[in-house]
This record gives sequence, C-alpha cells and structure tokens, in this order.
Amino acid sequence: MTSEVADSAEAVSVAPAADAGFLQRHGATIEYILIPGAALAGALVVFGLFVALFGKNPIDLYFYMYQGAFGTWFSWQNTLTRAAPLILTALCAALPAQLGLVIIGGEGALLIGALSATSMALTLPFAPPLVVQIAMAAAGMVGGGLWILLSGALRQYRGVNETISSLLLVYIALAILNHLVEGAMRDPASLNKPSTHEIGAANMIGTIPGTDVHWGLVFGLIAAVASYVLIYHTTFGFAARVAGGNIRAAKIVGLSVGKLILTVCFMAGSCAGLAGMVEVAAVQGRTNANLAAGYGYTGILVAFLARQNPLAVIPVAILLGGINASGGLLQRRLGLPDASVLVLQGIIFVFVLASDALYGRIGFLKNK
Amino acid sequence: MADGSIGLWTVPLAVFGGAIRVSTPFLFVSLGECITERSGRINLGLEGTLVMGAMSAYGISYVSGSPWLGVLAAGITGAMLGALHAGICSLPRVNDIAVGIALMLFGTGLAFYLGKPLIEPTAPRLPAIDFGWWSDIPQLRSALRINVLFLFGVVLAPVLYWAFRTTRWGLLIRTAGESSDAARAMGHSVLGIRLRATMVGGFLAGIGGSFLSLFYPGSWNEGLSSGQGITAVALVIFARWDPMLCLWASLAFGGAAALGPALQSVGVTSGYHLFNAAPYILTLAIMIITCSPKRTLTGAPAELSITK
Repeated sequence: MTSEVADSAEAVSVAPAADAGFLQRHGATIEYILIPGAALAGALVVFGLFVALFGKNPIDLYFYMYQGAFGTWFSWQNTLTRAAPLILTALCAALPAQLGLVIIGGEGALLIGALSATSMALTLPFAPPLVVQIAMAAAGMVGGGLWILLSGALRQYRGVNETISSLLLVYIALAILNHLVEGAMRDPASLNKPSTHEIGAANMIGTIPGTDVHWGLVFGLIAAVASYVLIYHTTFGFAARVAGGNIRAAKIVGLSVGKLILTVCFMAGSCAGLAGMVEVAAVQGRTNANLAAGYGYTGILVAFLARQNPLAVIPVAILLGGINASGGLLQRRLGLPDASVLVLQGIIFVFVLASDALYGRIGFLKNK
Repeated sequence: MADGSIGLWTVPLAVFGGAIRVSTPFLFVSLGECITERSGRINLGLEGTLVMGAMSAYGISYVSGSPWLGVLAAGITGAMLGALHAGICSLPRVNDIAVGIALMLFGTGLAFYLGKPLIEPTAPRLPAIDFGWWSDIPQLRSALRINVLFLFGVVLAPVLYWAFRTTRWGLLIRTAGESSDAARAMGHSVLGIRLRATMVGGFLAGIGGSFLSLFYPGSWNEGLSSGQGITAVALVIFARWDPMLCLWASLAFGGAAALGPALQSVGVTSGYHLFNAAPYILTLAIMIITCSPKRTLTGAPAELSITK
C-alpha cells in the first residue's frame, strides 16, 4: 500500500527532506553517506560480474580502476582535471532540483557556453589576457545561463515539461555548434576536424602552480561552495527550497515562484556554461565537436548521487572524474571498449535511484 | 522528366519518402510510449531502448542470418529494459523520470559496449516492398520502397486506438493511468499493469530500433540514434496520448527529419546541421504551442507525473 502511494508523482524526491529533531538529522546525514556508498559498491560488484562475463578478471578491473583514478599523482591530476567540468555540470542539475525541476540539458548549456566564450575571445584579439579571460567567463556564463533559462521560462509561461525541453535543446545546441564550426566560425586550416580559430595561447587560463590541474577546478569549487551557501544559508535559497517542497505553500506565503524558477535556471545554466568556457580556455583552446564529451550527462549522475547537495557534488564529481579517468587504462590494460565507463555509469545510476527506497528504513538509524 | 531529372521536385519527393522511411522508429517508440504513459508512468529511457534494440537486432541478424529474428531479439531486449524500468519504479519513493534518464544512459552505454564488434560486419537487412514498380522516376520508386515494419506500425495505430476504447486490457491500462485507487478498488495490481504496459512499450521501442540498424540507415554505429527516442516521447505528449495522432505526428516528424538530407541532395548544403535539427525544433515549437500553464493537457492520464 505504501509503495503504491509513494509510486505516485508526489514522490519526486529531488528536493532535500525537511529537517526534524537532532537525532533524526544525525541519522539522515549517516544515511546520505551510507546509502549512496552502498549503491556505489553494489554497482561496482555488478560491473565486475558484467566484465567477468567477457572473460576479464574483476580483481584486475578494480585494481586498474583504482590505479587509473587515484593510484598515482599523475592519475590524481587526470581525475581532478575531469572533475572540474563535472562539478559545474552537476550544479546545472542540482540547483533546479531544489525547486523540484529535473533539468537534464547541461550538455547543451556547456556547448553554448563554449561557443559564447570562444566568440568573445575571437572578438577581442588585442585585449590583455586577463580581460579576455574574464570576458570569456562572463560570456560563457551568460550564454549557458540563457540556454537553461529558456527551459525554465517555457516551464513557467507555457507549462512545457523542462526535462524534455532541456534535452531537446541539447540536440539543438549541438546543431548550432556544428553549423557555426563548419561555417561562419570555421578556421580554414582545420581540415579533418572542423574547428573555430584558436583563442591563443596567451588567453589560456593555465594550471594551478605545482600541478597539471587547470584553474577550472577552482572555479568549480567556488561555484559549488557559493551554491551551497546560497541554497542553505540565504533567504533566497530558503524560498527556493520552500517552493520545491510545496508549490502551493510557497504561493500562499507570497513567494514569486516564477522569478525563483527563472533565476535558479539562469544560475544553473551559468555553471554549465562556465564548464564550457573552462573546457575551451583550459583544455581544447578552440571550439569543436570534441566538446560534446558527455560531461553534461555525467553531471546529472553526479547530482543524483550527491542527492542534489551542492557541497556533496564536489567529492562525487571527483569520484566520477576518477572513473572517467580510469577508462583509458582499462582500455589499454584489459582491452575493454571505451564504452565500459558509460556502462558503469549507467549501472551506478540505476543502483542509486533504486537505493532511494532505502531511506528511513535502516533499522539502527530509526528513531524509536 | 522521363530521364530522371525532376529538378526541385526531388525535395518534396524525398521529404515524402523520408516521411515514410524515417518515421518508422518514431512511430514504434511513440506507440510504445503511448501504452506506457496511458498506464500512468513515463519511460524516458526509450532512447536507450531504441539504441539497444538497434544493436541487438543487428547482432542477431548477423549471427543468425535472419533479420526477422533480429527484430524479435530487439523487441525482447526492449521488453527486458522495460521490465527493469518498471521494476525499479515499483520500489517506494523512486521517481520514474529519473529512472528513465538512468536507463537512457545505461542502454546507450551497454549498446556501445556490446556493439563494438558489430561496426565492421554487414548483417542481412530487412526486405522492402516495391510499391513504385509502375513509375519510371527513380526517386519516386525509391520513395515508394516501403518496409514491412512501417506497414505493421500503420496497422498497429488504429488497432491500439480501438483496443484502448473497447477491450478489457485497454480499459485496465486507462484505469491505472487515470486513478490508481480505482484500479486497486477493482482488485487489480496497479504495479502489475504498469509493469506489463512498460514491457510492451519497451518491446515496441526495441522494434523501432531494429528498423534503424536493419533498414534505414541500415547499419550499426554509435551515432545511429541521436535523440529519436526522446523526440518520440515528446511526440506522445502533443499527440494527446492518442495512437492515431501518434501516427500522423510521426509522419510529420519523418518528413522534417528528411528535409536536411533532401536539401543536401539538390545542392543546398549551407545550414545542413540546422535542417538536421528540424525534428527537435519542431517538437519544441509544437510543445510551446500546445502546452499551457493554466490547464492540464486534455487527454492526459491523471496519474502521469509529467503533467502534474
């Protein structure tokens, strides 16, 4: 009976649960770590069995995954480099989730952000690098922000489902990118891989001193902490969580839900747009179809695994960045196809969602 | 005219041919999703089901030599993914939209993984029926080479329309979708109905995928489906959960999707990518026109989370 009730749409539990007494809150925190952790472990076991079906040794698999992700300083740097855009695209899903919106179009905002940032750099050929970099970040954030704002506005003013519209916008963004990269913005010298002109070595944002990890990681950390403060420690964030919990209550107390939706969607898109800017200004140096590397989709998984908490997004993004980073080693040492990372991500996602059923049901955490 | 140079007529002809050829996966996915959504649940994972269907159909057709066994395998794979979706959604407090997103990623990833060895070999393809034998114009003849699966889909739409209205099963699915309490009061298991509806939906979506790899474009590669599955899910919404409207909408979509290649064939190459995005732009435009913030959509199953 309870399962039937929970099965209805009211159970869209993307918004964090309301706080109750101290003990329960303590129990909830443990649950938020224990349950996703168990889901992750379960997914790894299933993936190990899956790989064993193809005659590979699961122990080798885990060993190389660890080696490729966290085994050496080199792999740590690789992991952190991949975590940077993941933190930002995860925020693109986690921020709207506070309002109960399921936005899965971070990939599109990333592409538009990258295009905007590249265009900005190419229109400022003689400006000092710092000016160009700031202008690129601003352009990327505005471009990505407007892209997700579109989904939010369609939801608010036309009642169009934001999940579907944001995903459709990914394909439209990809078409715009391909159109410009093969047409108006194409560097004639890029023959095999149509690309825009390079933004110039001087305008690249460089690496954190002493590492090979670019500054994008710091952008991501700042964005995650700022989002956390905004959501949990400001009136705006409180209003957003109220609206996400109960939209009627929010309207009754006079909250302007429309304005909240538009603002939060813009901020979410800005994060993904900034990820696009970072990928251009720290990794690719130009815009081309390589940017559609799936960071937007992995970001959704990060957000769900972090239970939409902006602070929890950081460690989860590092973990998923590590899984991505280990893909190369799995390919070389075990001969697994590059899609094995996608399979593992899919299994993790399924386990994490199924584990939602466990909350509040673990015996030793229950309040008697 | 008789020598095959029909000039700009190529474009409408290609769009017409495309409407028939390209629409088939849209048609099967949307009919499948129609059944699932009428039972009160949304399966966004059909994008992954489509790709898995395409891969398994190609693989089985290659191994067995029979494309029809491939179609069957695609359907069974789809039904299994549907069962997985329904199984997870049966757990308490699990959001069906999120599970759909997860299965979208899982299905595509698994298909790419298992399909790696299938990119090179050529599998036997599905046969087509030549309806254009009376014509001398090669473009018209190629437009009228129609696959049997398309005809199945065209027949299936009115059958489903009839089944929803008059059969016991149709009524049960609709009851589960309109009011799970009512279905339970009648002594039926809502989760069981939805499980079967999602499995049938997955079966049809898998068959839609088999069309991609076994007829048009007719090969297996990782770029085979780019959002056809999700477009078809959106299509169900503005088809108002009506199988007949799904048929017309799929045809319109097939035509829109064929526009880019058709224009390219007459030498209009600028904007190729933008024309390729036509189905997505069309979907979005129609959703903007037909949705409204003030009322729920007419014909929407009341239990559906996407319309609440």
